[in-house]
Amino acid sequence: MDLQIALLLGQDGITNGAIYALLSLALVLVFTVTRVIFIPQGEFVAFGALTLASFQAGKTPGTLWLLIGAGVVVALVDLSIALRAGATRKIPRIVAWNLVYPAVAAAAVFLLKPSEFPLLLQIALTLALVVPLGPMMYRLAYQPLAEGSVLVLLIVSVAVHLALVGLGLLFFGAEGSRTPAFSDASFDLGLVTVSGQTLWVVLASFLLIVVLFLFFERTIYGKALRATAMNRTGARLMGISTVMAGKLSFLLAALIGAFSGILIAPITTIYYDTGFLIGLKGFVGAIVGGLGSYPIAAAGAILVGLLEAFSSFWASAFKEVIVFTMIIPVLVWLSLTTRHVEEEE
Amino acid sequence: MMSPRLVLAGFLGLLLIAPLVVSEFHVTLLNYIGLYAIVALGLVLLTGVGGLTSFGQAAFVGLGAYTTAYLSTAQGLPGWLVFLGGSPWLGLLAGVLFTAVVAYGLGFLTLRLSGHYLPLGTIAWGISLYFLFGNLDFLGGHTGMSGIPALSLFGLELKDGRNFYYMIWAVLLVAIWLTHNLLDSREGRAIRALKGGTVMAEAMGVDTARSKVVIFLVAALFACVSGWLYAHLQRFVNPTPFSLNIGIEYLFMAVVGGAASVWGALIGAGVITVLKQWLQDWLPKLLGASGNFEMIVFGVMMILVLQLARDGLWPILVRAMPQRKSRRPVPQGEALPKKPVPQAGQVLLEARNVVKRFGGLVANNNMNLTVKAGEVMALIGPNGAGKSTMFNCISGVDAATDGEVLFRGQAVNKLGSRQIAALGMSRTFQHVRLLATMSVLENVAIGAHLRGRKGVTSAMLHLERGEELRLLAEAARQVERVGLQEFMFEPAGSLALGQQRTLEIARALCADPCLLLLDEPAAGLRYMEKQSLADLLRKLRSEGMGILLVEHDMDFVMGLADRVVVMEFGEKIAEGLPDEVQRDPAVLEAYLGGVD
Repeated sequence: MDLQIALLLGQDGITNGAIYALLSLALVLVFTVTRVIFIPQGEFVAFGALTLASFQAGKTPGTLWLLIGAGVVVALVDLSIALRAGATRKIPRIVAWNLVYPAVAAAAVFLLKPSEFPLLLQIALTLALVVPLGPMMYRLAYQPLAEGSVLVLLIVSVAVHLALVGLGLLFFGAEGSRTPAFSDASFDLGLVTVSGQTLWVVLASFLLIVVLFLFFERTIYGKALRATAMNRTGARLMGISTVMAGKLSFLLAALIGAFSGILIAPITTIYYDTGFLIGLKGFVGAIVGGLGSYPIAAAGAILVGLLEAFSSFWASAFKEVIVFTMIIPVLVWLSLTTRHVEEEE
Repeated sequence: MMSPRLVLAGFLGLLLIAPLVVSEFHVTLLNYIGLYAIVALGLVLLTGVGGLTSFGQAAFVGLGAYTTAYLSTAQGLPGWLVFLGGSPWLGLLAGVLFTAVVAYGLGFLTLRLSGHYLPLGTIAWGISLYFLFGNLDFLGGHTGMSGIPALSLFGLELKDGRNFYYMIWAVLLVAIWLTHNLLDSREGRAIRALKGGTVMAEAMGVDTARSKVVIFLVAALFACVSGWLYAHLQRFVNPTPFSLNIGIEYLFMAVVGGAASVWGALIGAGVITVLKQWLQDWLPKLLGASGNFEMIVFGVMMILVLQLARDGLWPILVRAMPQRKSRRPVPQGEALPKKPVPQAGQVLLEARNVVKRFGGLVANNNMNLTVKAGEVMALIGPNGAGKSTMFNCISGVDAATDGEVLFRGQAVNKLGSRQIAALGMSRTFQHVRLLATMSVLENVAIGAHLRGRKGVTSAMLHLERGEELRLLAEAARQVERVGLQEFMFEPAGSLALGQQRTLEIARALCADPCLLLLDEPAAGLRYMEKQSLADLLRKLRSEGMGILLVEHDMDFVMGLADRVVVMEFGEKIAEGLPDEVQRDPAVLEAYLGGVD
């Protein structure tokens, strides 16, 4: 290995690491706010990438059907609860978000021709289809069990993951897709050429992290999420709805996931089940941060990216083995430094 | 009316004749149900009973399968492995040892962390091992290994599915029997106590870390044995059946079947296997595409089961079956050996300048108190005075920040609650900590944990029945002593709160303590019940026991206590005889506000 290859691998590692960092932030966010270990994060990555690819290929993405279907189920559940409780003033809101919004999205997909849209608009439409699935998923799968143990929520996560992977196969088929790069530019820095897409990924990730930081520090909703993460009961006593906090954190996680998928799709071919491994690598990062610390999680995720890039050079067949075995020394370190505090369940 | 025993006999009879009457295809299906149920059984123990979980069981199945596949087929084994080659039985032995080592290592790493690190660790480990199987040349890579020899038993080669059927189901039934025995034992009660949190179990002397490792090991070994059977049934292995997805399916089997019962594993394995077969036939036709679409159904089904019937299918089946109403006999047995009772008046407990800080909050500041054998010492004070914190510091549930606690002359502030319990201190909790679904008798028997010696192996084989009977008899005596005999076999959760507190006293007494720590024992009791509790405590005192009591009921305290310590804002404001304390101006001010 010479310096040039090392730089190339480093560039690869940082690009992937930036994506893992985004995902690990979303995982820490969801875990601290809802205690859900968000295994289906990876499916949002795949859905984001494959929905965009469908638009570009002039096909109707299956995620549209998922949005409509999930919307109908949420509407049925929420309407029956609202009617039984006599809370009629909630009805317009339920109908608007779960029935009207998917209908509008469907109209946009069918009446306009998304395949002729500029890339930016295609991305916006992709996010508009995929991101609302986050809160809907929270409503259907997690909210009825919100007070359950971490373990029950984890099993639910795995079940949701499995169902979504199956749906991904149904919607997008077994073939992978790759989307064109955001930019074809490349910059020659002497020893190494940096591709425009790499810069896009790193800059967009960085920007998103800054936006998230501002959201948590400066906005009332961001503060509400932080309060819920710190103390659920306390937050509820202050009038913060834990349901709202749960849905909001899932919305953000879905946004981050789908956006990561869009960023990474020009670099790697994405299959219906690729998201899972990508999401899990974000997890390894999140676990490095003890599922609690944002900056350590992000640093851990970048480390995962670098480790992956370099191990694919030295022992490409064992790339995944090496990345996932990295979790073991991390767990050793955590078990030596953390004092186990018992959960009251 | 059919008794459960008859149902079981009928079931076993059906199992016995099944391969003689059903088609080859159904024998194969039954074989797989049996293999999966062995793995799911381990998860019942781990998840349903112990409250831990693993998504990586398929990887343990793979370890068992690949170990025997490698050892029984490889040509030119390395010298140090040659002696294990050639025989499936040696392959089983090697697989079991190898799995035990791996599981112990993993368990040791993750079980000390909070609950969700174990499943996350098992996901990572499940993926790693799957890729490792697929990429190691000596294990055949993704194409796998073929030519694995058939099992032979007493000279009979188990070459076809019908023969193998009996092997698989015999192993499964033995595994169910072992698990059932384990749960119905002293070690089993310790394992079942894990779900209620480790604080109570540790305070009763249970080594909870050890119990967790035990069930993780047992679950891994069941999986390994299933893998060994699988390898010799298929006579071929490749990485696919050991992937993470299959590991997830195993967990689904346990949860859908009912993770709290050994039979739930069998029901779950049956339902999921048959359903999978059926869905794999129909869904691709229905959807017009090929793929593992049954995953969608399983995922949704799993979520619905967790939301609507958290305990799975087995409890629903049990409710449909006739219930046995027979009254169980109260266990009778020889008394357990007792520790020598300290002489009355001897100082048992001495707390010196105990300080406990939580961040900036000082919950206990320079607390001093002593308890002697044969006296009742009451610790009183307004709410939030730091009484329960003091209790936790003394009993080792929480370590004091500073100061010293001496129990029978030995410094115990560095010891955990388990070691302190072993020295003869036993306690109750202000917020009762019981296992609601376990019977009163079994809950009380947890208190006697340290008075038994027999381990997991003898429990699984039920070789410890003599000791078990003595432990249960001791528990029954304590239940009678506190007056709960009519509820002996009722679930503890069905008792009124006051009775649950009384149950905790029986549990504490079961440990044969010389010092008893009671945190608000009279709260929630009726007048007559308080009277009999006071009588019981007087009797214990006369037998030489030291009692430290936190209580708000002043009539109760003043009529019973020999000495009283009053706390306010974490500090001692008075100490003395009940009469003196009641006249103490500082105490009056603390309780009634200033009298200006």
